[in-house]
Amino acid sequence: MKNRDHRFTLLLLIPVVLVLVAYVLYPSLRTLIESFQNKEGWSGGNYADFFGSESRSNLQALWNSVYISLLSVFFSALIGVPLAFIFNKYEFPGRSFFSSAAILPIVLPSLVGVMAFMFLYGESGLVPNAIKDLFGLTNIPFKIGGVSGILIVHAYTMYVYFYMTVSSTIRSIDPSLEEAAYNLGAGRLTVFTKVTLPLLTPAIVGASLLVFMTSMASFSAPFLLAGGFRVLSLQIYFSKVNGNLSMAATQSVILSIVSISFLLFMRWYQNRRDYRMATKGIGAHRSEIKNPFLKGLMVAVGVVGVIILLLPHMTILILSLVPDGTWTYQTYPSVFNGENYLFLFTEPKIWDPVRNSLILAFLATLGNLVFGVLTSYVLVKRKFVGKNMLDIMVMLPWALPATVVGMNLVLAFNESSVFTFGHILVGTFWILPLAYFIRHIPLVVRSTNATLEQLDDSLEEAARNLGAKWFYLFRRVVLPLVMPGVMAGTLLAFVEAVGEFPTSVLLYTLGNRPISIEIMNQLRMFNMGQAAAYGMIQISLIGLVLFISNKFFGIKAERSL
Amino acid sequence: MSSVTLKSITKSFKTVQAVKELSLDIQKGEFFTFLGPSGCGKTTTLRMIAGFYYPTTGSIFFGDREMTKVAPEKRNTGMVFQNYALFPHMTVFENVAFGLKVRKLASAEVKKRVEEALAKVRLDAFTKRQVSQLSGGQQQRVALARSLVIQPEILLLDEPLSNLDARLRDEMRTEILRLQRDYGITTIYVTHDQIEALSMSDRIAVFNAGECQQIGTPKEIYNEPANDFVASFIGETNLIPVQLEGREGGTLQFSWVEDNSKKLMAERPAAFSEEELLSVSIRPEAVEVFEEPPVNLQNVYEGTIELAQFTGASLNLFISLGGKVVQAMVLNTMAHPEPEPGDRVWVRLPEFRVRVVPRVMEPKEGRRIS
Ligand SMILES: Nc1ncnc2c1ncn2[C@@H]1O[C@H](COP(=O)(O)OP(=O)(O)O)[C@@H](O)[C@H]1O
Ligand SMILES: [Mg+2]
Repeated sequence: MKNRDHRFTLLLLIPVVLVLVAYVLYPSLRTLIESFQNKEGWSGGNYADFFGSESRSNLQALWNSVYISLLSVFFSALIGVPLAFIFNKYEFPGRSFFSSAAILPIVLPSLVGVMAFMFLYGESGLVPNAIKDLFGLTNIPFKIGGVSGILIVHAYTMYVYFYMTVSSTIRSIDPSLEEAAYNLGAGRLTVFTKVTLPLLTPAIVGASLLVFMTSMASFSAPFLLAGGFRVLSLQIYFSKVNGNLSMAATQSVILSIVSISFLLFMRWYQNRRDYRMATKGIGAHRSEIKNPFLKGLMVAVGVVGVIILLLPHMTILILSLVPDGTWTYQTYPSVFNGENYLFLFTEPKIWDPVRNSLILAFLATLGNLVFGVLTSYVLVKRKFVGKNMLDIMVMLPWALPATVVGMNLVLAFNESSVFTFGHILVGTFWILPLAYFIRHIPLVVRSTNATLEQLDDSLEEAARNLGAKWFYLFRRVVLPLVMPGVMAGTLLAFVEAVGEFPTSVLLYTLGNRPISIEIMNQLRMFNMGQAAAYGMIQISLIGLVLFISNKFFGIKAERSL
Repeated sequence: MSSVTLKSITKSFKTVQAVKELSLDIQKGEFFTFLGPSGCGKTTTLRMIAGFYYPTTGSIFFGDREMTKVAPEKRNTGMVFQNYALFPHMTVFENVAFGLKVRKLASAEVKKRVEEALAKVRLDAFTKRQVSQLSGGQQQRVALARSLVIQPEILLLDEPLSNLDARLRDEMRTEILRLQRDYGITTIYVTHDQIEALSMSDRIAVFNAGECQQIGTPKEIYNEPANDFVASFIGETNLIPVQLEGREGGTLQFSWVEDNSKKLMAERPAAFSEEELLSVSIRPEAVEVFEEPPVNLQNVYEGTIELAQFTGASLNLFISLGGKVVQAMVLNTMAHPEPEPGDRVWVRLPEFRVRVVPRVMEPKEGRRIS
């Protein structure tokens, strides 16, 4: 029995390990090897170039990435942490509406979000121009671009990490801890600094590292907003476009080292400072705000906040109604109709990218579903040596910046290999689904893990005891029970794949160009309307998926982002 | 140290009235227990005394100082929470020192007092430990030390033993009592466990559905319950609905509601008024069982043994008296033959041990009528 069990685990493990080695490990190694090659063969020359004095730009880009990321952490925390406090500690009219609105930035794919910010606050942006006209100024009062643009976009999208982690920690803090402190004579300030804040520290540090990693990897914002400003993720793209693959590999390795060390640090820190609450309390008491002035203030702040949060979405919606060629030199668009949407469904050239994206995302997600469930089952329910290693391999694509994942694939599969059955994948249709698949392995595995871990082992044992064979019980007992978690993760992977930009831009071909690439093309041709219409498709898809997950699977899908 | 007075306190949450018109006087140095089933308002009352809730109506006094709306950190009560609420990011020492540091004591003084307190709860060897590295019983003692070290006027304990296993619970029961006697501190102890309440308390207040049913010493509560809820919640009892037929000197004459032909004499009635429905309560250990009909005795009924449970020290007999099942506990005397199901027996409910109580619950169901 024991032996058969072992053999079976091995049988399940083989495909999982094979896929991870072929498409995660091998491409990463290829990049590493490539970074140590130049025309003559093995050499450390690329690294010498990177850190050398001739090309300041690389070091400058590394430094820029780091300091932008640090500032992004700071600003995101500045918005996210206070919001989490206000929404979880106080009760006032509209609180629950505002707190759901706080995660609105998630519904915006990165490229579309950046685009919206350009049109809102850029050089010819609607907000600065409206202020100029309203107050009769001669110049626009402000505009974003370069560093400030990147930072504002980062703060807008990434404060959600702080908001969500801190919120959930606040909710999990046993209220009797604070009460005990009051009971021992501590005032509000002491309770906050000595009890509440230390308990929140792990969450704040966790979110900080996450935001740091995300903004190190950030591609869309610098791509559209940086101007002459260089960051490392963008440098990789430029090196690749210029055909300097070895330098692109070197830059990828350095960016990965920074990201992975942060990931390892985060794991270490979280294991060290995990205050498991003895018991879950009754849940946080929200104190009701009674003072009418304060109450009004809160509501006003909430309303203004929601408007600011919603502006990008509204901008995309409005822009999508502006036909091509009707908004050129004017300050504001003046013609609105559904032409862009009409084109979507009538002009094959316009519709093709949407169809491509849906097909690509579908294929990738199908892979994620099958692979994710299998891997998660093996990780959670089976015992074997090297589980930790497997876990790390699964999480690797999450730690790697998207640009690096793209570069890895370029370098590994622009030649034939056993893992592609002798084919060259780069330049074919199949490279993009593969890229999306790799990018979203961790997402689906993690969301499945979460549900599988709650599944009591005794259910499986009971099914066995009643005579069910493994495949039968997996199909009839395990799958139905974990389906909600699996579907939530899979749907999320699907919409993320539809919006994916960094890997697409490195790997697309004319035949399979997805929506995000077409948005970029339309922007280049100044067809904002058509670009926005594409954006609306992505926004609606994400909204739909979050709604479905919440409604039908009862799962807050945004949690697993 | 201080006495505590509650003056007709009511606490309403949105839809529920958790505490209704409660008045209490707790003496200096007394060990006072709130006892009642879960959800009856014990915690709510305790939290009003600690200041975490303010009463909807009524007032609270410590000694002669009104405390009704004073903030919790200004009350100087020491509360031990059901889940201990130890600060997970602090060591044992830091937890116990917290209240003293808040009071801005010199650090040498803090150290001295914390060490004293930890010695009192026999944890002096664990000062440097992280609280998560302690067992349940040890965590409990840290919580006790933490609330005692600030020399509170009143010690408040909310089901402090309910998270411990049976053995530890016995140990901690004596430990808490010892500390309370040592410090001589006014203590309010919340529990739903009658054994704890009976064995530890100077006085007990029995709660049900937000109302106080009876206040008294453990003996009073057990021997002279004020109504059928108190009688059945504390210890085992047999309740027989009866109606009054007349009185003769100190003896009252009743008949069974379920069977008018059965008469019953009782000498120890609780306070009741004419309109109230009545029951008699008699503890299983007071029921006498005979194999032959006894002569010249009152309150004797013929019945059949339905079930005999052996519990070691005693035998629990469930005896059917024509429809009504009465439980009797007889000591294990190794008598032969042992009583067995099906045996015909005679049951006596001694008139000096039956307690006549107002009926506030529905018979059998255990729910209130009103
Ligand atoms: N914060 C609260 N909000 C609403 N209802 C509450 C709250 N606290 C307690 N209650 C209600 O008050 C009643 C008494 O609760 P509690 O005092 O905790 O009972 P006990 O401690 O005796 O088990 C219960 O019905 C409970 O649901
Ligand atoms: Mg309680």
